[in-house]
Amino acid sequence: MAVAKKIVSETPAKDIRNTRRSADTVALIFEESAPGRRGVDAPGGGASAARAIELLGADLCRADIDGFPEVSEPQALRHFLRLSQQNFGQALQFYPLGSCTMKYNPPLNDEMAALPGFASLHPAAPVHLAQGALELMVRLEAALAAITGMDAVSLAPAAGAHGELAGLLMVRAWERKRGGVRRKVIIPDTAHGTNPASCTLAGFEVVVAKSHRRGYLEAGEIRRLLDDETAALMVTNPNTMGIFEPEIEEIAAALHERGALLYLDGANMNALLGVAKPGDMGADIIHINLHKTFSTPHGGGGPGAGPVAVKAHLEPFLPVPRIVRRADGALEFASDRPDSIGRLRAYHGNFGMLVRAYSYILAMGGDGLADASRIAILNAAYVRKRLAERYPSASAEPAMHECVLTHDLESRTGVSTLDIAKRLLAYGFHPTTRSWYRRNEGWSASPESEPPWPR
Amino acid sequence: MRFIPHTEDDIGAMLKTIGVARLDDLLAHVPQRLRDRAAIALPPGQSEAEVAAELNGLAARNRAVTGAFASFLGGGYYRHFVPAAVRAVISRAEFATSYTPYQPEASQGTTQAIFEFQTMIAQLTGLEVANASMYDGASAAAEAVLMAHRVYPKRTVVVISRALWPDYRAAIRTYLSALKNFELVEAPFDSATGATDPSALTPYLNDRLLCVVVGYPNAFGVIEPLGQIAAPVKQAGGVAISATAEPLALGLLKSPGELGVDIAVGEGQSFGMPLQFGGPGVGFFAARMAQVRQMPGRLVGQTRDNRGNRAFCLTLATREQHIRRERATSNICTNHSLCALAATAYLTLMGRRGLRELAARNVELAAQARDRLRAAGISARFSGKFFNEFAITVADPARALARAEAAGVLAGIPLGRDYPELADAILVTVTETNSPAEIERLADSLAGVG
Repeated sequence: MAVAKKIVSETPAKDIRNTRRSADTVALIFEESAPGRRGVDAPGGGASAARAIELLGADLCRADIDGFPEVSEPQALRHFLRLSQQNFGQALQFYPLGSCTMKYNPPLNDEMAALPGFASLHPAAPVHLAQGALELMVRLEAALAAITGMDAVSLAPAAGAHGELAGLLMVRAWERKRGGVRRKVIIPDTAHGTNPASCTLAGFEVVVAKSHRRGYLEAGEIRRLLDDETAALMVTNPNTMGIFEPEIEEIAAALHERGALLYLDGANMNALLGVAKPGDMGADIIHINLHKTFSTPHGGGGPGAGPVAVKAHLEPFLPVPRIVRRADGALEFASDRPDSIGRLRAYHGNFGMLVRAYSYILAMGGDGLADASRIAILNAAYVRKRLAERYPSASAEPAMHECVLTHDLESRTGVSTLDIAKRLLAYGFHPTTRSWYRRNEGWSASPESEPPWPR
Repeated sequence: MRFIPHTEDDIGAMLKTIGVARLDDLLAHVPQRLRDRAAIALPPGQSEAEVAAELNGLAARNRAVTGAFASFLGGGYYRHFVPAAVRAVISRAEFATSYTPYQPEASQGTTQAIFEFQTMIAQLTGLEVANASMYDGASAAAEAVLMAHRVYPKRTVVVISRALWPDYRAAIRTYLSALKNFELVEAPFDSATGATDPSALTPYLNDRLLCVVVGYPNAFGVIEPLGQIAAPVKQAGGVAISATAEPLALGLLKSPGELGVDIAVGEGQSFGMPLQFGGPGVGFFAARMAQVRQMPGRLVGQTRDNRGNRAFCLTLATREQHIRRERATSNICTNHSLCALAATAYLTLMGRRGLRELAARNVELAAQARDRLRAAGISARFSGKFFNEFAITVADPARALARAEAAGVLAGIPLGRDYPELADAILVTVTETNSPAEIERLADSLAGVG
C-alpha cells in the first residue's frame, strides 16, 4: 500500500486529539483479508476468466488486482458496520453547524428513491417509458421556482459548487451574447471558499467587497466597486454571519443599472422559506442545495444536488438537457439549445436526490416550509440569547437561522475555539463551524428539526 | 408538522426567553415588501401515506424497469446486481446522515472508508493516488483536463477522442468554455475497428500538446489501444488521460497506469449503485503521486491520533477551495461520499477474484450475444475487441428498437443522435443481469432487421 504510506507524512497529527481507545480502531479491510476468502459466489457455482481471456487475448488482460481485499460477506458487513459506529450522524446527534444546514432526513424519502420505478430506471430508456421520472422532475422544478420566486430551474448540477459553476458560466454566456467582455465578479469578504473558486473556474477575476463591521454588505461599497468590467455580484443571503442583507434590493438595483447581474448563493435558503424570495430581492440567478434546505442526506460529503434557478432572461442559457412538454402533453429531454452553457455531467442529474427533495416538499407543503424557516430562526435566536453572556454575538444585527458567536477565553485562559469544539464533541455534539477568517468565533445553526430542550 | 418538534408551549417559552411576543417579530428586520410576497403557492403538507401514494403513482408510470423488459441498455450507466450487504452498509444513518468529515473525531468511519476507497481505486487503475470522489465520470474527465493544465500551464492543445462518450466530451467542452488558452481538437476513430486511431494523433505530438483523452473501453464498448496512445503522448511531453464509464472492465483489463496513463478517471456507478435514472453515481480520479498537489477534490490520509492510534483525516487540504479560495485546484466541495462508500463495500464483497470473474462473465455474455445476433443476420458494426457492449448495424434503428420493444426487449441505444456517421447503429450492452434466455429474446426480436 504505497498510497497509504506516502500520504501519512503529510498529515498533521496534532489536529486529531480524540478520546478513542485503541480497541475502538478498526483494521483496514486489506488487513482482514486472507487468500481464497470470498464475499460473493459466482452464479451457477463456478466461474473462470479463461474463456474471456481467450476472447480478448491475453495481452489486453491484467494478471491480478494486486492488494485487493479477500474477505467473507460477514466480515465485510462487520467491518463497515463497526466503521459506522465511529461516525456522527444527524439522525443520532445534533450538528449545530453554521454555514451548512443539517436538518432531519426523513426515511420515507430514501424508501421512495428506492422504488423499482425510480431505482431500476435506466437513464437512456425511451422517454415514453420514463414519463413518471420526467414528470417528477418538472414538478420539482416548478416547486423550486414557486419557493424561490425564480422563473426557470435546471436540476442538472450535482452539488452546490456545481450549481455555482453553472450559474457563473451563465453569467459569462449572457455577457458574450450581449457582446460584452466583463471580467470581474464581486464577492464579499465573508463568502464561503467555493464562491471565489467557482469564479476562477468560470474565468472571472474576483473583486472582494468589504462587509460593514456590523456584518452586512452596504450598497455604497458595491456602488464604489461597480464598473463597466463588473459582470456580477455573488452573495449569500442571509450571509455567512446569519444576517439578512438589509440593502439587498438597493444593491440589486445598483447592479442592474450598470448592466451587471445578481447571483444569490442559496446555501442559506433554510432561512428564507416563506420569509423572502430571492426572485423578489432582484436575484437573476440562484443555486439551491437540496442536501441543506430540502432534507436530502449529507452522506458524509455527498451526494447532494445543486439546482440552479434563473429569471426568464437567462433561461436560454441554462445547462442541458432541459425538459420540454410536447404538444401531446408528453415530456422529453431537449439538448439542442444554441445559447445553453452546455452539459455539466453525464445524463440528467442526481435523480435519486431529486426524488428525496420532492418527497420532502410534498410532506412539508407551502405552509410547512414556511414554518420550517420560522422555527429555525426561532432556534437560532434562542441559542443566541441563552449563550449571550458567555458567547456574545459577533454582530448586534438580528440574525436569521444561524448566528456567529464570539468568546474571549483565549486571551483570558488560553482556551481556543478549537478547544471549545473538542469540548462540544466530548459532550456528544458536533462542533460548530469555526471561522475561516477570524479567530475566536464559531458559527451556530440549529435547524427546525432540533427540539429546544430534550424531554 | 411531523419533522418539527416544537409545541405551541415550546414556542411561547422560547419567545419569552428571547423577549419578543410573536414569531414574526423575529423577522421584523426583513423588508416588509419582501415578506408580503413570500407566501409559497404550494399545496399544504401531506401525511406520509399521502406522499407515498403520490410518489408510487409517479414511479408506476416508469415502465422501463427491471422485470418489465429484457434490457440491453448501457452507454455509460450499467445494470449490475447489487449485493444486499451494500445497501445494508449505506443505509446506516451514521454514514448516510453524517456531515463532510472536517471533524476527524466525529468521522473516523467515513474517513477510513474513503481511505479504503482511494486505495482500491489506485489498485484498479494502477496509479499511485486516488481522491475521495468526484460527481461523476464526465465531470471527472473535465477536471482531469484542468489538472493537466495546472501541471503544464504552457501547453494548450486538448485532443479528445471522438469515441469518448458524447456526454463526457460535452462536459469537457463546458468546463473549458470560459477559460482562455485551450484549443480543443477531436481525434477520429477508425471506422472499421471502432478504436481511436493512434496515427491520427501524430499531427498533435509536439510541445503544444496538453493532453489526450480516450475512453477505456470507449463509447462503442471497444477496448482502446491505450498503451499505443499513451506512449507517444508522453514522449511529446503531454498527459495521457483515460476515462472509464464501465469500471468493471478494470477488473480484467490491463490497468491504465500499467499502460502508461497519467490520469485515470471514470464513473463508479457499476460498483454497487442502482441505475436511478442516471444519478447519483460516483466519479473516480487517480493520478501519479508526483502531481498530487495539482489534484482536484478531497483526499483522506492516514495519520496517528494523540494516543498513537491509527487515525484518518482530510489531508493536503491547502489545494482546496475552503482554504485556497480563488487559487484552489477546483471548486468541488460536496462530492459523492456515500456513493464512494457503496463502491467500497461492493468492491470489498467482490474482492480480488469475484471482480475478475464478474468482468469475465460480462465479456463472455456479450460475445455470446454478438454471435447469436450474427446468426440472426445482424452484424457487429466494429471489428475491435469489446468488453460488455458493442454496436450493431441495422437498416432502420428506430424501427428495429420499436419492434424489439413491442416484444418486451429494450435492445439498445441508437448511436445516430450523437454520431451522424453511425445513423445505422445501435449500442447493445450485455451484463450478468441478462440471462441466456434474454439473449435469445434479443436475437429473436431483432431477427431480420439487419
